[in-house]
Amino acid sequence: MITYIIRRLIGAVIMLVIVSIVTFAIFFLVPRLVGATPESMASRYAGRTATAETQHLIAQRLGFYDPMPVQYGRFVKGLVVGAEYDTGTSVEKCPAPCFGYSYLTQQPVWPDLVDRSRVTFSLGVGAAVIWVIAGVATGVISALRRRSFFDRAAMGIALAGVSMPVFFTGMISLVFFSYYLGWTVPGGTYVDFTVDPFQWAYSLILPWVTLAFLFAAGYARLTRAGMLETMNEDYIRTARAKGLPERTVVVKHGLRAALTPIVTIFGLDFGLLLGGAVLTESTFSLNGLGKYAIEAIVSNDLPKVMGVTLLTAVFVVIANLIVDLLYAVVDPRVRLA
Amino acid sequence: MTAPLDVSGSAPETPPESVLEGAGGKSITGRSLGQIAWSRLKRDKVAMAGAGIVILLILMAIFAPAIVGLLGHPPQRFHEDLTDPNTGVPIGAFGGMSWDFLFGLEPRNGRDLFSRVVYGARISLLIAFLATLVSVVIGTLMGVVAGYFGGWVDTLIGRTMDIFLAFPLLVFAIALVGAIPDTAFGLTGDSLRIALLVFIIGFFNWPYIGRIIRGQTLSLREREFVDAARSLGARWPHIIFRELLPNLMAPILIYATLLIPSNILFESALSFLGVGVRPPTPTWGGMLADAVRFFTLPHFAIFPGMAIFITVLSFNLFGDGLRDAFDPRTR
Repeated sequence: MITYIIRRLIGAVIMLVIVSIVTFAIFFLVPRLVGATPESMASRYAGRTATAETQHLIAQRLGFYDPMPVQYGRFVKGLVVGAEYDTGTSVEKCPAPCFGYSYLTQQPVWPDLVDRSRVTFSLGVGAAVIWVIAGVATGVISALRRRSFFDRAAMGIALAGVSMPVFFTGMISLVFFSYYLGWTVPGGTYVDFTVDPFQWAYSLILPWVTLAFLFAAGYARLTRAGMLETMNEDYIRTARAKGLPERTVVVKHGLRAALTPIVTIFGLDFGLLLGGAVLTESTFSLNGLGKYAIEAIVSNDLPKVMGVTLLTAVFVVIANLIVDLLYAVVDPRVRLA
Repeated sequence: MTAPLDVSGSAPETPPESVLEGAGGKSITGRSLGQIAWSRLKRDKVAMAGAGIVILLILMAIFAPAIVGLLGHPPQRFHEDLTDPNTGVPIGAFGGMSWDFLFGLEPRNGRDLFSRVVYGARISLLIAFLATLVSVVIGTLMGVVAGYFGGWVDTLIGRTMDIFLAFPLLVFAIALVGAIPDTAFGLTGDSLRIALLVFIIGFFNWPYIGRIIRGQTLSLREREFVDAARSLGARWPHIIFRELLPNLMAPILIYATLLIPSNILFESALSFLGVGVRPPTPTWGGMLADAVRFFTLPHFAIFPGMAIFITVLSFNLFGDGLRDAFDPRTR
């Protein structure tokens, strides 16, 4: 068990290193390979009107002339312990984790990321609670009452759910529930949890349900397939033959085994979601990480895009790590391995 | 003395089937897995309906100019005279729906929604099919190689897949599409955008197929026929291409069919966010993005939205049916 955890931890750290290399390569190395010069990269900070001399100065200050491994080392150092930039008149400190400065506003990216992740977290956690409960419960009932009316209806709705783009369902529900019925707030409303928890939930209920519907549909289909498979296993017959109550057989023997693949996928889905629900946030005009990334891409503000990408990858790695540890709880075979 | 297993000398004069042949009037022949699956699939009405709609949609995309010539107006033609000059709202009930404009008109410039939806099928299906092809080729190759060789090859490919799955693909795809200039790789305009989208969607989706194929290969590798081929001196290219791949055709076919709808959704998402094929070429996602500004006119959103929904649903129904036909346990 201890070796298993240590192995997983080392694996997660290696993943993070690789992810940081890949991200650095895409945003700093690839532009250079395609033909960007240190000056042209520095001009992004200086603005289009800057003279060649200013560009050269900025490129030098940001270390764009150094060899690539040195630049990568500085990039990682900035993430871990922070960085210092000499602006000419004074020394600017970018505290750890330093994700760099925006091309447009010259402000550090990290405080923005922290700020935006509040919205994305609120959206993701609420939706995840709804979709896991709804999806898994529907899948289990469908599998137990296979070919019943409930099963057919639920699987029909689930199939429709995975077949609709979230921006379409979001738009329709926004028009219907907010514009025509007036039950929910219009898009773009967000009240922070610390301000008013009730208003927080009220402002997010529509995005939650819309996003959760999409995922719940997929999870219901997965859970049903998994349950059908495990409920045919020999150990289920053994459990029944022992005279265990049906409830125990279903929950402790059937569902527990069927949950393993679902936990894996949940880790991935949830990690990616925390990095920004791009489509949902755009549809409901929520100022989360996803919308931040889109805005940054439109204005060609690469440090922001890089920040979101890297942060998302970190979330996924952490979520996967937690999933691996949960495995040890859900699946006894892991503990023995 | 004859060995008990040596039947060459005492083979029966008539094969046992002939007895049954006389009784049932029908000869018994061996059926391949594909034939069994096909007979199951034929009986699955829902899956066949999905397949029927898919074929209709493909025909619609191919014959879009003819259909639009017959029932609509050219997709780029403006009909500003048919919209209210002040609000941009089409004149007439339900967004100007009539026999002349089956799905009504676009607000403001009054383009024919019907012909734009019909033409939108071309972009969606073309990109989804080609991107799926890219994913399937990369995914199958990587999956088979990882599963067959195992060891450090498997670890390397497996880790690569993990990294792909850990990245925010949508943000990445958007950043990449947005960063490419209007002219690159000797292509311009729509053909450049289509090539770019096919490559990006296809390239980012291969780990899904790769994982499945790897798993299937792991179990196939241990089967007797692979041992037999190896003991006859077959080298790995022969085993992979002649022994393993034919046996992997079923999962490849199933997951390719199920990948097409998710690629259609991916393409429509990119178009919705404004990084797909550029306007004025009609795309379903792009039409939905336009509809956001006119959300009080639901017809504008419903037709492209339903087009995506029906297309994706039909592919999913057919893909599910296909999977059940090959493996009916989880029905």
